[in-house]
Amino acid sequence: MSSTLGGSKTAREMKDERGPYGRVGQVVGELDDRLGVAKGGRVFLDKIFPDHWSFMLGEISLYSFIVLIATGIFLALYYVPSATQVIYHGSYAPLHGQRVAESYASTVRISFDVRGGLLVRQMHHWAADIFTGSIIVHMARIFFTGAFRKPRELNYTIGIIMLIIAIFEGYIGYSLPDDLISGTGLRIGYSIAESIPFVGSYLASFMWGGTFPGNSVLPRFYIIHVLIFPLILFALIGAHLTLLVRQKHTQFPGEGRTETNVVGSPMFPTFMAKTTGFLFMVAGASALLGAFAQINPIWQFGSYEPYKISYAVQPDWYMGWTDGALRIMPAWEFTAWGHTIPLEVFLPAVIFPGLVFNIALMWPALERRMTGDNALHNLLDRPRDRPKRTAAGAAFFALLFTLFAASSTDVLANYFHLSLNFTLWAFRFLTVLVPIVVAFVTYRLCIEMQGVQGVGKRKRANIVHRSASGEYSTETSAPRPDDEHSELHPTPVPDRIDIEPLVSTSAADAANGASSPTGARQVTR
Amino acid sequence: MSDADHQPSRTKVPMPIATLDDPHLGDAARNPERAEGIIALIFVVAIVMVAGFGAAYWQNWNPWILGGTMGAGLFLLGFGLTAWGKYLMPQGPFVEERHVLASTDEERDSMAAALVERSSVVVKRRKMLGGLFALGSGIFGIVAVFPLLRSLGPVPGTSFDRTDWRKGSILVDSNGRAVHKDTLVTGGIMTVFPRGFQSNEQAQSMDQTVLIRVQDTDLVTESGRETWAPLGYVAYSKMCTHLGCPVGLYEQELELLVCPCHQSMFNVRNGAVPQFGPAPRPLPQLPLMFNADGYLAAQAGFDQAVGPGFWERTTT
Repeated sequence: MSSTLGGSKTAREMKDERGPYGRVGQVVGELDDRLGVAKGGRVFLDKIFPDHWSFMLGEISLYSFIVLIATGIFLALYYVPSATQVIYHGSYAPLHGQRVAESYASTVRISFDVRGGLLVRQMHHWAADIFTGSIIVHMARIFFTGAFRKPRELNYTIGIIMLIIAIFEGYIGYSLPDDLISGTGLRIGYSIAESIPFVGSYLASFMWGGTFPGNSVLPRFYIIHVLIFPLILFALIGAHLTLLVRQKHTQFPGEGRTETNVVGSPMFPTFMAKTTGFLFMVAGASALLGAFAQINPIWQFGSYEPYKISYAVQPDWYMGWTDGALRIMPAWEFTAWGHTIPLEVFLPAVIFPGLVFNIALMWPALERRMTGDNALHNLLDRPRDRPKRTAAGAAFFALLFTLFAASSTDVLANYFHLSLNFTLWAFRFLTVLVPIVVAFVTYRLCIEMQGVQGVGKRKRANIVHRSASGEYSTETSAPRPDDEHSELHPTPVPDRIDIEPLVSTSAADAANGASSPTGARQVTR
Repeated sequence: MSDADHQPSRTKVPMPIATLDDPHLGDAARNPERAEGIIALIFVVAIVMVAGFGAAYWQNWNPWILGGTMGAGLFLLGFGLTAWGKYLMPQGPFVEERHVLASTDEERDSMAAALVERSSVVVKRRKMLGGLFALGSGIFGIVAVFPLLRSLGPVPGTSFDRTDWRKGSILVDSNGRAVHKDTLVTGGIMTVFPRGFQSNEQAQSMDQTVLIRVQDTDLVTESGRETWAPLGYVAYSKMCTHLGCPVGLYEQELELLVCPCHQSMFNVRNGAVPQFGPAPRPLPQLPLMFNADGYLAAQAGFDQAVGPGFWERTTT
């Protein structure tokens, strides 16, 4: 800046002093002097994000996490993590004068006496379901397209760990109101901890602070739910995204796409607009669900009391597969030498989930060993081109879905007027059969799809003509737009853009097919 | 990315927004003003909605209006912004080269050399110091486990084996009312606790016992339990031997206690032996008697641990 002694300057002079990019250019300059941001910053603004719908699944997880943080802060201002018995005096008449846990009373208070509280509570629960669900679907996308292959095994591992934490975080959060259903869930959790050989009773007694229901579980679960797990998730999300930026996105094969480049739209402004918009859409969808779809109406369940229970007790859906495994497991308790190993609990509720997550964690290494493929991969697979992996993954998910369905044996028996014995045995067989059948069918489907010409393309009509002399001939109808998948050839992001004046090639030019540097007809604004 | 990738080319080029050849964006490219108008309309509706959200909060309207306006407002703001990004911002496709993550062979060797040489030359020469440091941190690690874990809760000891039922404990309901010999009719059922422990959650959890009047004459559920069910009153621990849920359902016709959690079923007439489901053991039976006033009391406590299995549970 020059001296101001010369008196006031005209706006024109001020503008000239700031250079061609004005105030923004000046700020960039000052920041760059101190932090050296300009070079990396420009690269960051140009960063290319591949455009494919399946790439937004992880974004749903990220944005529902933000919704969870925002709504969670609101709830934490009113929730009281205490099992102390109090007399309920609130605006929900049916509970009036009843002895309830303080945490339950505070959750009912959030639902009925805090303005907007019911909405935020339901948004929080829905966002938690969206969070876990989108992580699972995102993980399935990563798995079936082979995005976990070298060099991205570490990021895949981080993702699975976040899924495990998300499931526990959901279970703990679901338990916090201390209503009758979640209290039963806690009781089952306690018994599962108890079932572990050697250390089980110590583990349960230490975690809950004594025999069930203990007196420290709610404050402990509360601090884990609102601080410890979110903090770990926050750090892991940071690592997940850092690795993503460092290793860049994978992409599907296509026009101009190779193992050594990325094709898509630039960070600023295109991707930033789309992804910020998506954040708002995820938040909006959570709010709409919270407004119109009732979830976990704890005031109908009542406060937890250890000797009470309700019919059709089921955990939240992401725990359902372990509950199904517990149901179909035969009653094999092993006793010897004065000790008991409750295999009927330990196998389905500890060993089996442990196996599921360990196989998921080890898959990249297993596949690398089985295929001997140690190369770097940036182009994604089509699931049909890797029939064995696709079949294995489909069987894995089929097993979990069957067990999930098995967690409703009693409801199904009731609904379809079957005997409980029948539904139980049906699920025992289905748990073995369904994954095998799904694996076989998936494998065959993949092989068949590989052989079909033009799969994924729209069928074209065959037009049959009859000539005057009675001869028949056929011809294929002309292709309509979208019949054939076509892609434009990608170009680098231009270094400088003509911004002044805003040129819009006239409609006439466009119609004439005026050529442009990208080789395609285009409109500029 | 190397410097060469961003050599400033001072030539200004028009940035393509959308190309007419693109099958998905052709319409927007031909008529961007129309796309802009539609997005503007979406934003206007969104503004109305978020303002409505404010009004709904201020007026304390019901949660449907509160959430509906908020959700619609946020969703439309997001939808408009995404549409703006998709139809009116440069789509390319643009391409960027990947930089190679791996370093050169020299750089790799150099790092490995530093690790190997320095540890063998500098660290291993002072083996004793290293050993002492490892010993110190190891001891701390082991010691630290105790305050971290041990203080969390009491050592279980025999707490899983014991309930508050004793010889002579009077059976009471959750309000403390004792059970007289006429309290239940045949087929009747109630939950009982030992008197004095009926309103403590921790005690309720371990002591909860289900009392059923199966018939109006003495019942023998098993040999050796001839006097345990006077006048057909039989009592079992209400804690399921599978996962500890209260065995809260009673199928009166079949005389089966059913656990709603995982559908274990116990026959009350033959000692609550599991008939179905994953429960591995019968529900422990509480021996009953009538005291001088005609009220039900326990002859003794349970003869085994109640509830689910655990490592220290004895087999006898």
